Amino acid sequence: MRSPRGVGVAVGAGITLAFIGMAVLAQFWTPYDPQALKIIDKLQAPGWQHWFGTDQLGRDVLSMIMAGAKNSVGVALLSVVIGLGAGVPLGLLAAARGGAIDEIIMRGNDLIFAFPSLLLAILITAVFGPGAGNAIVAIGIFNIPVFARVTRGAGLALWTRDYTAAARVAGKGPFRISFEHILPNLLGLLVVQGTIQFSLGVIAEAGLSYVGLGAQPPTPSWGRMLNDAQTLTVPAPRLALYPGLAVLLFVLGLNLLGDGLRSRREQ
Amino acid sequence: MTAQPLLALDSLGVSIGDAQIVNNLSFHVSRGEIVGLVGASGSGKSMTALAIMQLLPVGARLSGAVRLHGAVLSTMSEAELQGVRGRDIGMVFQEPMTALNPSMRIGDQVAETVRLHGKVSSSKANAMARDALDSVGLRGDAGAFDRYPHELSGGQRQRVAIAIAVVLRPSLLIADEPTTALDVATQAQILVLLRELVRERRMGLILVSHDMAVIAEATHRIVVLHEGAIVEEGRTAEVLLHPRHPYTKALLAAAELPPKRPSAPVISSSPILDVRGIVREYPRKRRSFWHAPLKFRAVDGVSLTIHPGENVGLVGESGSGKSTLLRAILALEKPQAGEVRLVGEAFSTANGSKLRRLRRSIQAVFQDPYGSFDPQWSVERLIAEPYYLMDTPPSVAERRRRIAAVLDQVGLAPADGARYPHEFSGGQRQRIAIARALITEPAVIAFDEAVSALDVLVRAQILDLLGELSSKLKLAYLFVSHDLNVVRAIADRVYVMQRGRIVEHGPTASVFASPQHAYTRELLAAAPRIHTASA
Repeated sequence: MRSPRGVGVAVGAGITLAFIGMAVLAQFWTPYDPQALKIIDKLQAPGWQHWFGTDQLGRDVLSMIMAGAKNSVGVALLSVVIGLGAGVPLGLLAAARGGAIDEIIMRGNDLIFAFPSLLLAILITAVFGPGAGNAIVAIGIFNIPVFARVTRGAGLALWTRDYTAAARVAGKGPFRISFEHILPNLLGLLVVQGTIQFSLGVIAEAGLSYVGLGAQPPTPSWGRMLNDAQTLTVPAPRLALYPGLAVLLFVLGLNLLGDGLRSRREQ
Repeated sequence: MTAQPLLALDSLGVSIGDAQIVNNLSFHVSRGEIVGLVGASGSGKSMTALAIMQLLPVGARLSGAVRLHGAVLSTMSEAELQGVRGRDIGMVFQEPMTALNPSMRIGDQVAETVRLHGKVSSSKANAMARDALDSVGLRGDAGAFDRYPHELSGGQRQRVAIAIAVVLRPSLLIADEPTTALDVATQAQILVLLRELVRERRMGLILVSHDMAVIAEATHRIVVLHEGAIVEEGRTAEVLLHPRHPYTKALLAAAELPPKRPSAPVISSSPILDVRGIVREYPRKRRSFWHAPLKFRAVDGVSLTIHPGENVGLVGESGSGKSTLLRAILALEKPQAGEVRLVGEAFSTANGSKLRRLRRSIQAVFQDPYGSFDPQWSVERLIAEPYYLMDTPPSVAERRRRIAAVLDQVGLAPADGARYPHEFSGGQRQRIAIARALITEPAVIAFDEAVSALDVLVRAQILDLLGELSSKLKLAYLFVSHDLNVVRAIADRVYVMQRGRIVEHGPTASVFASPQHAYTRELLAAAPRIHTASA
C-alpha cells in the first residue's frame, strides 16, 4: 500500500536524481559546447538540431541548462557542506555546555539571521568580487545558523534522555557523548534539513547570478540565462521559460523529497 | 439489576493477522457500576477498551458484538460512531501530558469537545466547560480555565482529561490506566474523583489497570484478563479474598509485595557512601534586571549514609527533590554545599583520573527502560560502555566473557548481546540496564524509579533479581522510588524526603509500622492497599 506521501518521496527523489545526474553528465558531455558562440544560428526555435533551440548568441539552450545544473548543484552542495561543517559542531557545543557558551553561540546565530540574506550575500560578493566561489561562501554562511539551531534543539532533547546520564556515569565527557550518542541520533534530521537547505541554495544561487554576482560569464548559470532572456521576452519567451522551469522543477523535487523524508522520520 | 445493562460485550474477539489478541470476551457494565479490567501488559485489556470505542488500529479484525443501551456499535457507520464517542462514551488515557494539546488553553480544549458534538453557542460551550472543570475539582484554582497544560501538575492534567471525557455527560466512561503515571497521593485523589463522578451521575465506569491495589480500591466488580481471555470474574471483595485462578493469585501477590526480611544489622563497618549536607539550588526565573534571581532549593542540606551490602530506600512524592539529590550523589551535578564521600574518598570534588576511578564504585539504573539506551547501539556495546572508566580496558576476549557473565547474572542469554534495545520488552531492558551497572563490579548501585515503569508481575521479578544480586555480590543499593510498596520490598533502611529535606529515617519495618512524621503517615495512608479495601 502506498500513501500519497510515499509517491511524493519517490517523485521528489526521481527529480532530484535526474538533475544531479544531468549535472554529473554535463561534467563530461553536453550536446554542444555551451560556451561556443555561433551567431549565425541565433534564436533558433526548438527542433531536432537544438531540442530547446538557441539563444541570441547562437548557444545551444539544452547544453546551457545542463551546464547550469552543474553550476547550481555545485554551489548549493558546497554551501550546505559549509553550513553542516560549521553549524553542527556549534549546535552540539551549545547543547552540551549550555549556559554562557550556549548564549554566545545562539545570539551570534541571531545576528546572522537578522541580516537580510540576499543583501549580505550581495555585500560579500561586492566586497570580495563576484564569482561562484564567493557565492558559495555567501550562501554557506546563512546555512550555519540554520544547522546550528536544528542541531542544538534536537540535541537538547536528546540530552534529557537517560542514556546520556548513563554515559556520564560511565565517565564520558560532554564532547565524547556529543559525538557518540547525540550526533548519530541526529543524522536523519540533518539529512532532511540538508535537503531543504540544498533547495534554498539552488534558489539563492539563481538569484545571485541573476543580479550578476554569481558565476561569471562565460560559465553558464540558470540565473544569468534568466537575466539575458529578459530583453527578449517578446521575440523568444522560451529563453526565460527553460531556465525558469529548471529552477522550479529542481526546487520542487528537493522539497518533495525533504518533506517526505521528514514525515517518514516522524512516523 | 435492570433487564438491559448499559454496556454488554457478547463474545468479543479481536485479531491482528493470525494473532488472536482478544478471545471470546463477554461481560457487562450497569449504570453506577465500576468494573475493573485487570491483567498484565499484553493481556489484551487496552485492546478491549479500544474495541468498545470501535477505535481498533488498522488491520485489526473484530468479531462478536458490543452493545450500548442495546444498540450494536460494531455495525454502526463511522459517522454514527463519531456521535457516540465523546457523547455516550468518554475515555481517559494513561499519559495526561500527551492527551492534551500543549498550545491550547484547557478551557478551550474542554469546550471544543462540546462544540464538536452539535450546534452550541460558544458561550454555552464555555459554560459547560466551566461546569465540567468544577466537577473535577479544578474550581479552586483561580483561572484554571485560562491556563495551559504545562502550567498544571500531572494530577491536575489528568483532572482536565477527565473533564473532557465527562463534559457531555456520557453514560459510560472508560479509563485506561488513569493513575499509572501519577504518584500515590495524586493517585488516591483521582480514584476518589472517579468514584464520586460515577455515584453522582450514575455512569458506568470501566477501569483498566495492571495494578490490583488500584482495582481493589475503586471497583465493584473485577474482570481478570490473561492472554486475551477472561480467567476470572466476580465481585471485587469476593475475588480478592478467594481468588480461584492461579493467574489472579499471581497478580495479587505481585501487587502486595512481601516486605524484605531484615538482614543482619551492619555494625562497625564504615559507610561506603557518605552524603553530608548536600544543597542544590536552581535560580528561579529572573524578575528584575537589577536584582539577582531568587533561588529555589531543590535539595536542602541532606545527609545520608549507606554501609557495604546495605539496601537503602529513599521515598518521596514527585518534586520532593529525590532525583536531584541522586544526580548530585552520582556527581552528575555539582552541589552548592555539602560533600559526597565514596569508599572513604571525596567524590563530589574529585576530577580527572580520580573521578573516573571512583565512578567504577557507583553505577546507576534509570527509570525509563525506553530512554536508557542509545537506540543505535547493540546491547553488547551498551553494557561495555562503563569500561571507559578503566585505565586499561580488558581485552576483547575478556570483555566478551564478562559481558556474557553479567547477561547471565541478570537472566538474559549471552546471545542477546548482539541484539538491539528495541527488540526487548520493558522488563528485559531493565535487566540490560542492571547488567550495564554490574560490569565495573561497583560497590553501590543507585536506582532512580527503576521499576516504576514496569508491569506488576515484571516488577516483582526484577525486585527478586535485585535482592538475589545484592546478597550474592554484597552490593549496596540506593533505591529511589515514590512507591512505598516497592521500597518496603527492597530496603533495609529508608529515608523519607519532602520538599528537599529528609523528614524521617530508620529501619524500614519500624518506619512503616510506626511512622513518626506527619508526611510519612500521609504517604502511607494514600497508598492503595488490597486487604483494607476488601474488608
